[in-house]
Parts: sequence; C-alpha cells; structure tokens
Amino acid sequence: MAKAQLMQGNQACAVGALAAGVTFFAGYPITPSTEVAEILAEMLPKFGGKFIQMEDEIASMGAVCGAALTGAKAITATSGPGFSLKQELIGYASMAEIPCVIVNVQRLGPSTGKPTSPAQGDVMQARWGSHGDRGVIALSPTSVRETFDITVKAFNFAEKFRTPVILLLDEVVGHMRETVVLPESGDVEVIDRKRPAGPPEDYQAFKPEADGVAPMADFGEGYYYHVTGLVHDYKGMPSQNNALTTELIDRLHTKIERARDEITIYHQDYTDDAEVLVIAYGGTTRAAIAAVKEARAKGVKAGLLTLVTIWPFPGEVVAKAAAKAKTVIVPELNYGQLVGEIERYVPREKVVSLTRYDGELFRPEEILNPIITAGGGK
Amino acid sequence: MAGIEKYLRKSALPHIWCPGCGNGILLAAILRAIDKLGLDQKKTVIVSGIGCSSRASGYMNFNTVHTAHGRALTFATGIKLAKPELNVIVLTGDGDSTAIGGNHFIHAARRNVDLTTVIFNNNIYGMTGGQYSPLTPMNAKATTAPFGHIERSFDIAALAIAAGATYVARGTAFHAQLLTDLVVKGIENKGFSVIDAITQCPISYGRKNKMGTAADMLAWQRDSAVMVQAVSKMKPEDLEGKFVIGELYRSVAPEYTAEYDKLIARVAKKGGK
Ligand SMILES: Cc1ncc(C[n+]2csc(CCOP(=O)(O)OP(=O)(O)O)c2C)c(N)n1
Ligand code: SF4
Repeated sequence: MAKAQLMQGNQACAVGALAAGVTFFAGYPITPSTEVAEILAEMLPKFGGKFIQMEDEIASMGAVCGAALTGAKAITATSGPGFSLKQELIGYASMAEIPCVIVNVQRLGPSTGKPTSPAQGDVMQARWGSHGDRGVIALSPTSVRETFDITVKAFNFAEKFRTPVILLLDEVVGHMRETVVLPESGDVEVIDRKRPAGPPEDYQAFKPEADGVAPMADFGEGYYYHVTGLVHDYKGMPSQNNALTTELIDRLHTKIERARDEITIYHQDYTDDAEVLVIAYGGTTRAAIAAVKEARAKGVKAGLLTLVTIWPFPGEVVAKAAAKAKTVIVPELNYGQLVGEIERYVPREKVVSLTRYDGELFRPEEILNPIITAGGGK
Repeated sequence: MAGIEKYLRKSALPHIWCPGCGNGILLAAILRAIDKLGLDQKKTVIVSGIGCSSRASGYMNFNTVHTAHGRALTFATGIKLAKPELNVIVLTGDGDSTAIGGNHFIHAARRNVDLTTVIFNNNIYGMTGGQYSPLTPMNAKATTAPFGHIERSFDIAALAIAAGATYVARGTAFHAQLLTDLVVKGIENKGFSVIDAITQCPISYGRKNKMGTAADMLAWQRDSAVMVQAVSKMKPEDLEGKFVIGELYRSVAPEYTAEYDKLIARVAKKGGK
C-alpha cells in the first residue's frame, strides 16, 4: 500500500520526473528551483541516470537537447532569469522537435527581482519568450500532489508531441509542504515517443504521421538524420522553400492545437451556478478556493475555475465557465498577464483583474472582498 | 574522395561554401580520419554550431546536429553523457567556439568530456560577412574593425591546455594529411581533444586583408607553419610571425563520462536499472 509522506512541491516534481522515466538532468542552480536539481543529483545515478550541473542555463538547455536526441527523457529546472537564458534553445527544441521538460519555479522579477518571493510573472515568457512563433505547452500545478501528476503529464506530452514542455511552478507550490500519497509506479501512465519501424534508409525524421508527429529514432541506432534549427525538409535538411516553411510552422502549432482537449487540464469548484467566477492558477488557487467557500457561506454564488494548462490557452473552457457569471475575477501574482488572454473569451466589462506583485501571496480576504462586492453582498 | 564518399550526404550537395574556401578541405580531412579509424558510422555523431564551418555537419551522413551559435559543445556534452558509447565529434568556427561559446569551451575542457572538437579557424566571422572574431589578429581589418583590430587574439591551443584539454593540436588546410592524422589522434584520446584547424576564408577575411587568392592563402599557411618537432632547433626570432603545427599537448586525466559511470556503479541500488 502506498504510504502517506510529507513532501515539498519541488520534491514532488523530482519524484514525478522519476516516475515518468527521466534519465537525464542538466541544470544550473537558482532559487527557488534548486531542490529539483539536488534531489535528482542524488536519485538519478542510483537508477543509472545522469545528472550534470552545467556552467550556465544555456549550457543546461543544450545538454538536455543533446541527451534527448539519444533517447533520454531529459529535464532541466530553473527560475525566471535562467528561463530567460534558455529561451533561444527552447525555441530550438520546438523547431527541431526535441522532447524535453523545462521546469520554471517562478520568482518575482524583472531581473533578479526578489529571489525567494512567489510570483507568477513568467506566464507570457513561457508563451512568447523565444523568438518566432510556435505551439507551446505550459502546465501549472496547484498542490504538491498535483505537481507529481503534472510532471508526469509534462513528460508524456513532451514525448507524444515531440516538443519541449514547460512546467510553470511558483514559489508557493515549489516550497509548500503537504502530506501526499503517491500512486504505485505501475499506476502511473507513462508515454514514450514513437520510434520508427521501417528500414533506416526510408526514415524521414520530420515527416509527420496523421497526428502531426514523426517517429523519432535514438542517435546511435543507425537512423541517420540531420537536426537543425533552420527551416528544414522532412529529412531535416535546411530549406528555403516557402511552402515548406509555412507547412513546418503550421505543424509546430497544429500538432498541439489538435490535441487541445487532451492537453487541457482544469478543475471546477462550485461553478455550476456561479454568478461570480474566480479564475486562478498555481499557488493563487489556494487563497481563491478559501475565498470562494467563504463567499458561499455568506450567500454569494461564487465558483472557482482552476487552470492547470496555461498554454495552449483553454479559451473554450473559460468561455463556457464564464458564460453564466456576471463577474469574472482573475487574481494573479503579476501585473496582469493571463487576464488579457481571458478577456479574449469573456466580455471585458465582466472581468476584474486582481494583481499583486510585492512578493507576498494573496490573502483570501483580498479575493473575498471583490467577490462580495460583485455578488451584491456587503 | 574515394573511400570517404559513403560518409557524404550526396543529396545535400552542392555545399554552400564560396569557391576557394578551406572548409571543404577540412571536411575531407575529418572524414578521412573517421575512415582511417574505421569508426562505426552508426555510433558516430557530428555536432556543430552556427557559422559557415558549422554547415559541415549537414553534408555528413551520420546522426548530425546543427545546433545554435556557440552551443555545439553543450549539446555534445549531453549526447556523450547520455550515451557514452557514441563517438562525438564537434565542428565549430573560431567565433562560434571562443566568443559566444567561450565559456562552454573552457568548461568542456575542464570536465575532460571525451569529445573531439575541430575548430575551423579562419580568423573571422565568415557567415555574417567578415566581422572580427576573438581570433582576428591585432591590426588586421574586419568589417567591424575598419581601422584595424585593436584587441589581442586568443591562442586556442594555450587556452585549451590551460582549461584542461588532454589533447591539443594544430593543423592547416594546406597540411591536410597532417590534419587527418591529428584528428585521428584526437578521436583516439579518451578525453577532451582540440584541433585548431587553420583555414582560409578568401571572401570575408582574405579580400579585406589583401591576402590574395585562395591559393595565395594556402601558400601563406605553408610558409607560416612550423612543425612542432622543429621548434626546439629554432631561435625565437625565427618564430616571429609563424605558428606551430602538429601535436602540441597530451596528458592523461579522468574523463567525465567514465567517472560518471564509476559513480553509478558505486551508488546504483541492487536490482536498479
Ligand atoms: C545568438 C546568435 N548570435 C549571432 C548569430 C549570427 N551569426 C551567425 S554565424 C556567426 C559568426 C560565425 O563565425 P565563426 O564561428 O567564426 O564561423 P565561420 O562562419 O567563420 O565559419 C554569427 C555571429 C547567431 N546565429 N546567433
Ligand atoms: S565566407 Fe569565408 S568561410 Fe564562409 S564560405 Fe565563404 S570563404 Fe568560406
């Protein structure tokens, strides 16, 4: 029987990665993400996996890409400044369709900001941080147990869609300790990338199958192919062809868009009859649910939609949940990042943005008060 | 080309290099080294950065990665650590490896990862049209040094040795056969090997510095190179304006991926994978 254990969010991330089959970590220390590296430094060699502390975040991202090409399930963990440094190679991993997981335990910025303070300031960096245009998967768990599950999902999505997946933790979730019961290893669904079945001579590493994803051969198996960040043809060779360029960039989006339902993870609490809907994500959800419950106790029909999948943005889910509500309240630990996206699906006059960027968490009453005001209470 | 044709991706040819560029000679020398050693093609990976020289990987029929500018060694480190049985050869430019990639270069050397890095050293940024690189000599001209370059240049070999590389050599496009031998020894070395391969860029460097045709630049390599064996018999003034070629340094040090495997053997749980 699985037993209850006290665990931190960052630890759950490391353990989740192991459950998903991680075999490679490369990273560079930065608060508040370092526990992920420290735990994997200890655990990976015990299972024959590899850990390396590189000279910086760029190097870490390069090593992760390289390892993933040999067939490894690879991960790196960082925070805002390091995430910025990785952006060029995150874009490379998208373009070259290299599966990997990038954990960003967000801290307050810009710049070195407040290293130990919680924030959710990298929502847009996760989407648009790298140059150019591509489909992005970014997931933001709300609890320690969910961090375990979502880390496994992150690997599964990375492998299935041959893409980098971003795990957006925040300092609250990363450093929070909770008692959790983790599933037995056999109960965890683990997905591995498709490998080619045909003869190596016929292999085209970037020729999509019906799901938009090509099988990926491990380096060293005799399936020779070229990997480049340049626009490339099905064999990976650089190309200037315009039609091919459009097709490739389209596919970097559509392979993810098409799987939107599968990728979209969210929770709803008291939303069925909610007149005031709170939409929250990450660590902010905890104050939000306390506020919603308190509002209900005071007779206001409040509800909470928790977005775990941040990108691709679950617009339909938001639109549906918000349709009956008079007011939609969006608390975020930033100057207002996801709220702009929500306003694309909910009439602006219904939306109330709550922001906090001083390095402290929302207290439940900061969310409760606007709920009561919107709900016509006192 | 006989013998090395099987290592070329014929569909990727013709190459993009300018007529007279030395990159093709270096590519052939490297393929000859691979052939001479009889490396298993399946188990050989070529990693390059960004620049004219780094396009070489695309012409080679192996698992090849054309990474981002300056980052070849980071990818190569990940590949080698994740799968140490692979032979990993890194092809990079002088700007790629010592400017934007300088930090990775010294750390790969310090770790002594079993990689063989061939630096296509044309003293200039070729692909972006002739801006100065950390290997542009003082007083030479570049598009971003129109009045002559006022920075000192790196000595790649000295840099590599100081950082911990265990095999360091220098060759040239003119001495192509020697270059093949140096690459062979670099690949044979269990550790971080650096081959500074001097090559000509008649278009972006030669033209600006009035070095004549590609043939003149090759003659310049011939006349300026001194075999390492000859140095001890020469007076310091004879070495003025010359550079030394051949095997410059060799040492033995723990190799990173082998050390990691030992670590695994030490800590691996019984029955663990
Ligand atoms: C991050 C980044 N900065 C700049 C560039 C532009 N760039 C492409 S190639 C190159 C210089 C290459 O010079 P070198 O490495 O000496 O190789 P060569 O072209 O001379 O063979 C530069 C600066 C880039 N691609 N990426
Ligand atoms: S610019 Fe120089 S280095 Fe680049 S291909 Fe032309 S000759 Fe070669």
